[in-house]
Amino acid sequence: MNRTTLDLWVGFFVALGMAALLFLALKVGSFSGVQMEQTYQLQAKFDNIGGLKVRGPVKSAGVVVGRVADIRFDPDTYEAVVLLNIDSRYTFPKDTFASIYTSGLLGDQYVGLEPGGDERKLVAGDTIFKTQSAVVLEKLVSQFLFNKAAESQDQQ
Amino acid sequence: MLDPRPFLRRLGALVLEKIARLGHASRFFVAVLLNSGATLRRYPLTLREIWFSGVLSLIIILVSGLFVGLVLGLQGYEILQRYGSAEQLGTMVALSLLRELGPVVAALLFASRAGSAITAEIGLMKTTEQLKAMDMMAVDPIARVVVPRFWGGVITMPLLAAMFSSMGIFGGWFIGVVVIGVDDGSFWSQMQDAVDFRYDVWNGVVKSFVFGVAVALIAVFEGYDADPTAEGVSRAITRTVVTSALAILALDFVLTSFMFRGTS
Repeated sequence: MNRTTLDLWVGFFVALGMAALLFLALKVGSFSGVQMEQTYQLQAKFDNIGGLKVRGPVKSAGVVVGRVADIRFDPDTYEAVVLLNIDSRYTFPKDTFASIYTSGLLGDQYVGLEPGGDERKLVAGDTIFKTQSAVVLEKLVSQFLFNKAAESQDQQ
Repeated sequence: MLDPRPFLRRLGALVLEKIARLGHASRFFVAVLLNSGATLRRYPLTLREIWFSGVLSLIIILVSGLFVGLVLGLQGYEILQRYGSAEQLGTMVALSLLRELGPVVAALLFASRAGSAITAEIGLMKTTEQLKAMDMMAVDPIARVVVPRFWGGVITMPLLAAMFSSMGIFGGWFIGVVVIGVDDGSFWSQMQDAVDFRYDVWNGVVKSFVFGVAVALIAVFEGYDADPTAEGVSRAITRTVVTSALAILALDFVLTSFMFRGTS
C-alpha cells in the first residue's frame, strides 16, 4: 500500500475516533453539569434529610439556583447540617423556607427554597432556620396503617 | 478399586503447563514493553498496523454499533413506556452503551476481526521461518513484528469503542425520535443530565484501553507461540478468539465492580 494513502486512511481513522470521543463528551455527557462561577454559602439544619446527596440540586420555583456542598451531622442537636452553595446572582429573604423534596415519585431528592416576605436578605454564612424535613415513605405508610387500625377499632 | 493417581498426575501436569504458559506470556509482555521505545521511534510500522486493525475494522464496528443502538432503542422504548417514562430512552441507550456494550462488544468484535488476523499473520511468519530469518539477520522479531502490532491494537481499541458507542447512540436516537416519535429535546437533555463525563464516558474509555491491551497481547502472544504447522496456526487462532473473549468478559466484571459501585 502506498505510504501517502496509508497516512491518509490512518489520519481519517484517528480523526473519526477523536470526533466520536468529542461527541460523547460534549453532546452525550456534560462536564458535571453547569458550572457556577460565583457562589455564596448558606447553612440549613434539618431533622431528617432522607436521601439527599452532596452535589444535589438546590431549586427555587423549579429553577436550579445552587448545589448541596456538604452534609454533616451536628452531635449536639442531633440534626443534619446541610451546606448550600447558592449562585451569587440570586439572593433570598431572611425568612426563606427550605424543604427537601423528591423529583418525581422515586427520583432524586433536592432542596427547595421558598422565599418569604422579609426585606432583609440572606448573606454568605447565614443559616436558614425554617426548614422542613424530607418525607420518609416508611413513616407515611406506618402512620396511614396506624390511622386505619384506629378507625376500625372505633367502629367496633 | 480405581487408582486415582493417573488422573491426579494428569491434572497436575495440566495445571503446571498452564502456569508455565502464563509465565511465558508475562515475560513476553515485559519483552514487548522493553522493546516499545525503539520501535515507536520508527512509527510507520505502527501506522501500518493501525491501518490494518483499525481502518479495516471500521465497517464491522460501525454497522454493529448502529444495529445494537437500533435494538436498544426498540427494546428500551418497549420497557420504558410501560412506566410512562419513554423520554428516559436517551439516558438508557447512552448509559448502557458507554458503560458496558460499547467497550465490551467492540472489544469482542475487535478480537475476532483483528486479533485473529494478527495471530494468523505472526503464526504464518513463524511457520515459514521468517521470524528465524530475521533473527539471523540480527533483526529482533519482537521489535520488528510484534511490538508494532501490539501498539497498533492498543491505540485502535479505544477509538473503535468510542465510534461504536456514538453509532449506537445515533441508532437509538433514530429509532426513538425519528421512528417512534419521542421528543427530540427531552431525549438529549435527559441524556446530558444523566451522563457524567468523568464517571461514564471516561470510565468507558479506560475500559476499552484495558481490553485493547489484553486482546492485543493475547493475539501477538498466541501467534508468536504457535506450533509452526498448519494445524498449530489454526489452533492458535482459535485460542486467540476464545481466550480474548473470556479475558474481556472477566476483566469487564472486575473493572465494573471497581468503577461503578454507586455513589454515596
